[in-house]
Amino acid sequence: MAQSQSSVEVSPMAKSEETIITCEGINKWFGDMHVLKDVNLTIKKGEVLVILGPSGSGKSTFIRTINGLEPIQKGHIEIDGVSLTHDIKDIEAIRRETGMVFQQFNLFPHMTILKNIMLGPIWVKKKPKAEAEKIARELLERVGIPEQADKYPGQLSGGQQQRVAIARALAMQPEIMLFDEPTSALDPEMIKEVLDVMKELARSGITMLCVTHEMGFAREVADRIVLFDGGEIVETGTPEELFDNPKHERTKLFLSQIL
Amino acid sequence: MSVDLKIVENKQMIAPPKTSASLWDWVRNNLFNNWYNTILTFVAGFIIIGIAYNVLSWVLFEAQWTVITNNYRLFMVGRYPLSELWRIWSLLTIVSFMFGLCSGSFKGTILRLSGILAGIYLIHLLAPFTASSSKVWLAVQLAGLVIGFLIALKLPYNKRIAIIGWVITIPLVFFFIHGFGILPEVRTTFWNGLLLTVLLAGVAIILSFPLGVLLALGRTSKLPAIKYFCIGYIELIRAVPLITIFLMAQVLIPLFLPTGLTIDNLLRVMLGATLFTAAYAAENVRGGLQSIPNGQYEAAKAIGLNPFQTTFFIVLPQALRAIIPTIVGQSISMFKDTSLVAIVGLLDLLGIAQSVKSNPEFLGRHMEVYIYIAFVYWVIAYSMSYSSRRIEKSLGVGER
Repeated sequence: MAQSQSSVEVSPMAKSEETIITCEGINKWFGDMHVLKDVNLTIKKGEVLVILGPSGSGKSTFIRTINGLEPIQKGHIEIDGVSLTHDIKDIEAIRRETGMVFQQFNLFPHMTILKNIMLGPIWVKKKPKAEAEKIARELLERVGIPEQADKYPGQLSGGQQQRVAIARALAMQPEIMLFDEPTSALDPEMIKEVLDVMKELARSGITMLCVTHEMGFAREVADRIVLFDGGEIVETGTPEELFDNPKHERTKLFLSQIL
Repeated sequence: MSVDLKIVENKQMIAPPKTSASLWDWVRNNLFNNWYNTILTFVAGFIIIGIAYNVLSWVLFEAQWTVITNNYRLFMVGRYPLSELWRIWSLLTIVSFMFGLCSGSFKGTILRLSGILAGIYLIHLLAPFTASSSKVWLAVQLAGLVIGFLIALKLPYNKRIAIIGWVITIPLVFFFIHGFGILPEVRTTFWNGLLLTVLLAGVAIILSFPLGVLLALGRTSKLPAIKYFCIGYIELIRAVPLITIFLMAQVLIPLFLPTGLTIDNLLRVMLGATLFTAAYAAENVRGGLQSIPNGQYEAAKAIGLNPFQTTFFIVLPQALRAIIPTIVGQSISMFKDTSLVAIVGLLDLLGIAQSVKSNPEFLGRHMEVYIYIAFVYWVIAYSMSYSSRRIEKSLGVGER
């Protein structure tokens, strides 16, 4: 029942057969620590991918390699036809295509909410100020806090700050949204308001990669779930496959600990 | 979408215990609460009264302040020609007007600074020893302050205009003092007294700041050539006392310059002070840069800002805000350190004081002279530290 419900809400156009992210043989070391071991993953346009895994499994590191925040030592990443190389031009092109939301929000504390959101459109997309402001106000409306536009980040609650961070990432009109544990730093009563925004976003057809511990969210909106452990992908599958019929021992162990 | 949690109103609010006590209670609780504190209070009281009595009786009856009042012009501008004195007054009028304009635009700290300035003008205006021509000029200063303030209240975009105004004012100040061929030239050896002190400190503080920012950014740069040049410069300068730099500027540099080429004495000293302060400013700025969490860089990268934009929109504004108290502290010490130029023979406020006290007419009046210039230094340094505290407070709003 729940299955048919969600498949109605995910519009058919959202999922196409077009590949938007390709990761081939990704390896990364921190010093001697081998944190990503031969990770292969392709993501289709409009897909909502949730990455699960115990802490220290490399899932956050993996998502941060996609927009070049963490350089990789071996392997190949291609996003929307652009190869992620060491060339700053490629990295900047990819960062224009991807928006990222961090665990610690990372809003700019010396700017108002509106300025935080307008910064990217004005300086990276070279949009006129009036247009950037229009985009920013629309996005604040969308994440449900239009009245906070002229406050500073420090005056907002954690949940509100994270919603601003989502709006800031969306202001760049990215093809792909990366979420790195967006609710882990929030008080329990604020998690829902952020997840609600993310659910709405997932249904809008944007490609989403989300590292999270929110199992309910994963089950409800994910098209596919990837389980990381020890720097490798252990298992991939739809929420039903993974939660109801886990194949791998490590998946079973992880789920038994968390559910 | 936002969740409103209403906390149940507590009907039985309990007032906090009373802490405010009357003056008498305070005295009894803190000064006379037992026998030995009572003795200490009396002993300390006698010492304080004794000192205050002696100081006041000296200041009011024994001291001969004519050494100050008769030489007032020397203390202020030194040997600046009397016939050209109107230029100093005019540039002071422009500065007063700018202070007024900024007060009306920004209010807050600058308004209070203008208040202090107005107080200084007023005291001099009312002082019996002030020459009547100076009184007219002082009235003009006060008018400049008030007119600037009133104009700013009516002006649109007054903040931008005020900032542009200062940028224009700075070269104007030098034009008025020096003349540059349009007005009769007044050589730098005649720029003395408080004028020289303020000029030297102002130039060193204003120029060293951008230089310090560049050096700090250079030191954190990934390019080895720039990085090691900046480290070398900063560490070299910080290992040398300021007086050595002044002596080098005064004695050594002329020796190395090719014959025929001379750099003005004052210019060399200004350059030395600027380069010296810049090294310290660089280390302060670097401290500020290090206080920026890594997440800020990552967020800036993630929205696609390039390194230049990240530095100027995200990192520097936050870093500089964090170090305002240190920067002002450094400016205060630079302002006081300018008195070292007296040792290399320049007649700044201290240099003038030394020459005044050696005037046979005022023999033995060195106490009055030094107390007066100490007071002048204190008024200026305290105004700076006061404004720093206020700026710090006002910037705290809405931060983190």
